[in-house]
Amino acid sequence: MNKLRANNALMGWLMVSPLVLVLLIFLVTPIVMITVVSFWRATEFSIIPAFVWENYEFLFGSPVTYTVFFNTFKYALITWAFTFVIGFTVAYYLAFHIRTQTWQIAFFLLCTIPFWTSNIIRMISWIPFLGRNGIANSALISWGVIDEPVEWLLFSDFAVILAFVHLYTLFMVVPIFNTMMRIDKSLIEAARDAGASGIQILWNVILPLTKPGIMIGTIFVVTLVMGDFITVRFMSGSQSANVGRLISNDIALLQYPSASATAIILLLTVLMVIGILLRFVDIRKEL
Amino acid sequence: MEPRPRSFYILTGFFALFLLFLYGPTITIAILSFQGEGGGLTFPMRGVSVYWFKDLFEQQAVGDIWGSFRRSFLLGLMVMVTTVVVSVMGGLAFRKRFPGSGILFYLIITSLVIPSILISLGVGLMFSQTGLSVHWSTSGFGAQLTWTLPFGLLIMFAVFNRFDKSYEEAARDLGATPWQTIRHVVLPIIAPSLIGVALFGFTLSYDEFARTLLTAGSYNTLPLEIYGMTTNVTSPVLYALGTLTTVFSLVIIGAFLALALISNRRRAKAANDAGKGLI
Repeated sequence: MNKLRANNALMGWLMVSPLVLVLLIFLVTPIVMITVVSFWRATEFSIIPAFVWENYEFLFGSPVTYTVFFNTFKYALITWAFTFVIGFTVAYYLAFHIRTQTWQIAFFLLCTIPFWTSNIIRMISWIPFLGRNGIANSALISWGVIDEPVEWLLFSDFAVILAFVHLYTLFMVVPIFNTMMRIDKSLIEAARDAGASGIQILWNVILPLTKPGIMIGTIFVVTLVMGDFITVRFMSGSQSANVGRLISNDIALLQYPSASATAIILLLTVLMVIGILLRFVDIRKEL
Repeated sequence: MEPRPRSFYILTGFFALFLLFLYGPTITIAILSFQGEGGGLTFPMRGVSVYWFKDLFEQQAVGDIWGSFRRSFLLGLMVMVTTVVVSVMGGLAFRKRFPGSGILFYLIITSLVIPSILISLGVGLMFSQTGLSVHWSTSGFGAQLTWTLPFGLLIMFAVFNRFDKSYEEAARDLGATPWQTIRHVVLPIIAPSLIGVALFGFTLSYDEFARTLLTAGSYNTLPLEIYGMTTNVTSPVLYALGTLTTVFSLVIIGAFLALALISNRRRAKAANDAGKGLI
């Protein structure tokens, strides 16, 4: 029996060895590297191995840091709220209002196809809508809502949130839909027989049973938004900043130690958020 | 059938709006890429032409688009094959508990949720400090795997959670070796899901931007090239390129979905031996 167990372990290790190798080289080592470099010293032209806290001291001493972290949480929270409401509604519609499986699959695929196309192109494609002479402005003017073009449509926080919701809503739709499909339909019938109204069924039966899917969707959306740097830069026209942009600006200036220190704090923040969210869901059980 | 409640019609409207929101912008730039020669980045259309597509094929001033497309395509294939193989092996291994599987699982989750820029920065630093030069096929390849592998593995976990183990037991009872069981029983059953893993592997790599940014070296992949264009190209040629790559993505997605459909049909046909029993 002991020999069998040892054999199993060996077999398991052998099978995951390529995975472990990739994760060690391209995930663990880079994190270690960033941690190490975050204690280094930087001049204008080079980085020097050292063990100093000055990068962290500078980071926590600068008021910009707090604004930028606040911005990051703000984007995450607002985007989460929109993606959750839209994602839940769409998933609910697909799971409980579409009656044939063929249509369910077809509609579900329609929702996921954009995920497999380029994010950058999808961001670019908002230009003709939101630009100064874009569709939104022209429409609003012709309806008489506004007299002259609104400037804040493109290159603003509004555009950033819009792009986030556009890019990431399907990360909510997919896990919520997945959990909803597993809800035993007889539970809903029982609720209806017991006299519950549609809203009551939604609130007291479906919503609690969908919680794991919501949590997984939340993890995706929150981490994607918190780690983003490109959407904020592109959609805000470099007018707003989040932590990702702070890091990428430092990288552009070759200030690797300071970029690393910020990156480590960002990673810790994200892991803390995920740690809290994981308390509410067992991912392995929900797959 | 019971009549549709009123909420059905409201939600159908909502869903239609959602699809419009999802696809509207992409369709708009597809239309605008046929902008006439004097046209700009927004409506109105000044005539209809394929001027900007021609521009894309002729003018190399916008950068090395075709070279970057070739690299992205090749990299996508490399990442796809690696993702499928490593995910299947990982998925098989994770069916039994082995020492360290818990930690490894959290490492996979970390790989999924870690902000992309950390991978970019870390891998870039690692290569520069060890004196290696970054290249899309080495550092870029590895950096992309940290994004595609978690997706592949999560799909495999989901597949094996639903896997009926009695098929394997039957094979074993009939005297199949472990390898034969996997080769002739397990792999054929999970084959359609592997098409899904492959689709994720290819498309996520083909569109990957953040993790490739500092790890691709001097030869850009297509998303990096497009990103470079956004800062200095302000003509509909950008839309033409966007439309072309989106069409390419859609063709790839269509091909994978068709493949999945065919293999599902074939399997359904092959598996159905009702009434053909040996009596």
